[in-house]
Amino acid sequence: MKALRFSRNLPRYAAARLAGSVVSGRGAGPGPLDLVDVDPPELPGPGWVRVRPRLAGICGSDLATVDGRSSRYFEPIVSFPFVPGHEVVGDLDDGRRVVVEPVLGCATRGIDPPCEWCARGDLGNCEHITLGRIEPGLQTGFCCDTGGGWSTLMVAHESQLHPVPDDMEDEAAVMVEPTACAVHAALRAGVPAGGTVAVLGAGTLGLLTVAALRRFAPSATILASARYPEQRNLAALLGADVVVEPTEWLRGVRRLTGSFAVGDGAIDRLTGGADVVIDCVGSAESLADAMAAVRPKGRVVVVGMPGPVTVDLTGLWHREIELVGAYAYGTEEVPDPDGGAPRRARTFDLAFELVRSADLGRLVSATYPLSRYRDAIEHAAAAGPRGAVKVAFDLRDEKERHRL
Amino acid sequence: MSSRRSPRPGFVLDVDRSTPPILFHHGEGFRLEKLPPGRSRVLYPAEPLPGIDDPEAAIHHALHHPEGESEPLPALLFPGMKLTIAFDDVSLPLPKMQRPDVRQRIIEQVLDLAAAAGVDDVHIIAALALHRRMTEDELRHAVGDRVYDAFAPRGLLYNHDAEDPDGMVVLGQTRHGEDVQMSRRAAESDLVVYVNINIVSMDGGHKSTATGLAGYTGVKVHHNPATMTKSRSFMDQTSSELHKSNWRQGEVIRDAGVKIFQIETTINNNTFGRTGPLAFLQKREWEWTARDRATFIGMQAGLKGLPAARRRQIFHSWEAPYELTSVQAGEVEAVHRVTTENVYRQHLVPVEGQTDVLTMGLPYIGPYNVNSIMNPILVACLGLGYFFNLYKGRPLVREGGVLIMSHPTPWEFHPVHHPSYIDFFEQVLADTTDPVEMEARYEKQYAEDEWYRHLYRTSYAYHGVHPFYMWYWCAHALEHLGRVIIVGGDVRATRRLGFSPASTLQDALEMATDVVGPQPTITHFHNPPILMADVT
Ligand SMILES: [Zn+2]
Ligand SMILES: [Zn+2]
Repeated sequence: MKALRFSRNLPRYAAARLAGSVVSGRGAGPGPLDLVDVDPPELPGPGWVRVRPRLAGICGSDLATVDGRSSRYFEPIVSFPFVPGHEVVGDLDDGRRVVVEPVLGCATRGIDPPCEWCARGDLGNCEHITLGRIEPGLQTGFCCDTGGGWSTLMVAHESQLHPVPDDMEDEAAVMVEPTACAVHAALRAGVPAGGTVAVLGAGTLGLLTVAALRRFAPSATILASARYPEQRNLAALLGADVVVEPTEWLRGVRRLTGSFAVGDGAIDRLTGGADVVIDCVGSAESLADAMAAVRPKGRVVVVGMPGPVTVDLTGLWHREIELVGAYAYGTEEVPDPDGGAPRRARTFDLAFELVRSADLGRLVSATYPLSRYRDAIEHAAAAGPRGAVKVAFDLRDEKERHRL
Repeated sequence: MSSRRSPRPGFVLDVDRSTPPILFHHGEGFRLEKLPPGRSRVLYPAEPLPGIDDPEAAIHHALHHPEGESEPLPALLFPGMKLTIAFDDVSLPLPKMQRPDVRQRIIEQVLDLAAAAGVDDVHIIAALALHRRMTEDELRHAVGDRVYDAFAPRGLLYNHDAEDPDGMVVLGQTRHGEDVQMSRRAAESDLVVYVNINIVSMDGGHKSTATGLAGYTGVKVHHNPATMTKSRSFMDQTSSELHKSNWRQGEVIRDAGVKIFQIETTINNNTFGRTGPLAFLQKREWEWTARDRATFIGMQAGLKGLPAARRRQIFHSWEAPYELTSVQAGEVEAVHRVTTENVYRQHLVPVEGQTDVLTMGLPYIGPYNVNSIMNPILVACLGLGYFFNLYKGRPLVREGGVLIMSHPTPWEFHPVHHPSYIDFFEQVLADTTDPVEMEARYEKQYAEDEWYRHLYRTSYAYHGVHPFYMWYWCAHALEHLGRVIIVGGDVRATRRLGFSPASTLQDALEMATDVVGPQPTITHFHNPPILMADVT
C-alpha cells in the first residue's frame, strides 16, 4: 500500500530543518518524509480494526515535524518510522464511516486498570503513552504500529472510533479532530461570564478556537488577531467581535478593555488587559504578546505547539499570570450558561456538534492526492497568505484503497 | 521700511504655455508641476505687508488705548487682585516665529504693568484646550526665558489641564443649550488677559477663551459634525456656525462676570524670509533667479539623501521672520473686528468663479504636528479642514468637484503626541469615514478613555477625542467634494482615509476627469504663505 512515511534519519532531519527554516513547508523535499510502498500495519490486538482513510488533514504539528521544527521533547514519545495523519475520516471494513480520535491512551494500549487520567476520561493526559502493547506514540499519526491518515490503510482501536452521521460530509468530518482541540482549549480558557478573551493567530486552530469560544463562552467579547484578509473575514464570520491585524494586537486589546498601557503613547504592554489570551501560534513572540495583553491574574492558554522558546517571564511573576497548556481532548466539563451544574461530555461529541452548527466543513480549502504531497504540504504551510485554511489529503480515489 | 517697494497683493495667474512649472509643497519636500495651459490658474498669496517698526511701542500703545468698552489695562489692575494671563499655544503661528515671540513681548509688558500696580497673584496659562501640553523648550520660546524662569519654577506658568477635575468649572449654558466650561483659575480671576497670535481669520475673538480655556464638555458642543457641516468656511465669520457657537459661549462667559482683556496680534506673510535659504518659497516661479533655481535644485538633491526623520527635524527647526502688522487690545469683539480687518488685508485674494479641480501642495507643518509627525489624519485635516476652508463667499472648487493634494502621507504617527490617532486610524477609519457615524459610535469611548486622559494630563499627548475633531474638520469638504486624490502619498494610508492615491499630478488630473468630465478647469492654491480666496 501507499503511505507517506516519516523515518528517523538525522542527516535528513537537518536538511529538513534548514529547508523548512527558509520556506515553511519546504522540509518535505529534502526531509525524512517519503512516499513509499509498505505492508499494511498489523492489528495490534483485540479490539483493533482497519480504517481506510477518506480524508486526512495536515496539521500545524505535522508541518513542524516535516520541517524539522519539532521539539526534542517528542523524541521519546514517538516511534519510527511512522505515517503521519491524525485528522482522519475513514471507512471501516464493515462499511461504517468514522472519525478517529487519535490519542493513544490506556484503553488502546491494553492497559487495565487504566491510569487515573484515562479512568476519568482525560485521555490527553494519559500517563502511559510509552507503555502497553503498541510502541510509544502520543497519538495515531506519530506511532509506528498504528499507521496514520496519510496512507490508504491504518489501524485504530474501537475506543478511538466515532461514527459519522450519514448526512455529514467527509469535509466536515475531517474537521472534527482539530475542532475538538479548539473546544478543549476554549473550555480550558475558563472565560468568565461577560469577560474578554483575545485569540492570537487565525490559522486553523485560531479560527476554530474563535468558533468554540463563541459557542461555549457566549457572553464573552472575543478579539482575534489575523494577518491575512481571508483569515480576518473568517474570524469575524465565526464569531470574533473584533478582528485586528497582528501589528494592532496590543492596541486592539487595550481599546477593547479600556486598559492603561506601559509606554508613553507607544505600548510595551498593558497594565490591564484581556481576562484570557489564547495563543494559537506558539512562538516566543506570541507568548510574549499573550503575556503583554492579559490582565493581572489573567490566564494565558497555549494551544499552538511551542518549541524551545526564550520568553521573559517577569510579567508572569509580577502580574501573577496563569500560563496553561491546552493539548488534545478527552472529556470536558461544560459550564451551564444559566449557572447550573456543569455537564460532562466527550470533547469529540462537542466537536461534532460544533462542526455542524458552525458549518466548519467550509474550512477545508484544498485536497491533494498522496502523489502530490510536496504541493500539499507547501500549500498547507502557506495557507494563510494563499487564502486557505485546512489542506487535506484525499484518499478516496487512491486505487489500492479498495484492493487491500 | 520706507525704502521697500509696497508689497504686491495676492494675484491670480492664468497659466499659458510660457508659465514655468509651479511649486507644490510636498511634506518635507517639494514638487514642480506643469499645469495644463489654457484652463488652469494659480492663486498666489500677497507679499508680506510691512511690519510695524517698533513692536514694543505698538504694544504699549494698544494696552493704553483699548478698543471698545474697555478701560486701559493699567486701570484694570489693582493690588490684591487675581490676574490670569492666558496665551495661544504651540499650534500658533506656523511655523514658529523667530525670537522674541510676540507673546513674550506682550506678556512682559503686561507683567510690568501688573508689577507697577502691585499685583502679586499672577498665573500664566498656555490655553491649549485639548491640544498637547507644551514642552519646557516650547514654553520658553513663546514667553521668553525671563518670564519662564520667574514663573514656571513656582508653578505659576503652566499648561491648561482640561481634565483636571478640580480645575474646571461649567459657567452655564448658552441660549442654544451649549455648556460653557472654563479653567477655574481663569473664571475666578478678577481679570483674564488673553494674548493671541492671529494667523488665520478663525483664530481669536471669543474662541480664545471659550475654546482655549475649555475642556471636552465645552468644546464638544461645536466641535462636531453638525456644526462643522453647517460652517461654510470656518474662516468666514459671517457663515461659520463654529464662530457663532463660540460667540454665544463668549456671552455666557461675559454674563458670568469673567472680565477679559483681549490682546490680539496679526503677523504678515513673511514666513520663509525675504532673503535666506527658503526665500524662493515666497516668490512667484517666473521671478525665480538663477540663484533661486540653484538653491531649489540643491535643496531637493540634499533632502533626497536624508532619512525622513532628519528632513523633518530640519524643517521643524525653521523659525519664520514674521513681522507684526497690528496689535489691538480691549473688549473682545471690538478687538476682533480690527484683527479680522488686518488678517484680511494680508490674506484676501479676490477670485472670480469656482473651479472643477482644486490642487494644493501640503507643507510639512500644520497646527497639530509642531515638532512632530504629520500623520495621515492630520494630512486630511490640513487639506480638507484648513486649506479647503480658506475661502470667503463660495468654496474655490465647485460642488462635486475634485480636490487634489500633494503630500507623502506616511503611515506614521508620533506615539507620544498622537496616541489616540493611532487607534483612530486602526479602528475608526478602518470602519467608517463618515463623521456622523463615527461620532455616534466611537467618540465617547475615545473622549473618556482613561489612558488617553492620563497621557494628555501627564505626558505630551493630544486629548483622546482630538483625532475625531480633525476628521470633523473635514466634514464640510467631504460633503462638498466629488473626490479627493492624494499625489505621492502612501497608498494604503490614502485608501484608509477614503481618498484615491495617484503617483503623479498628471495621473491625478486624469483620474479627476472621471468625476468632473474632460478638460476641467484647474485652480492651484499656492499656499503657504497663507492666502484666503474671496470667491465671487
Ligand atoms: Zn493536530
Ligand atoms: Zn492512561
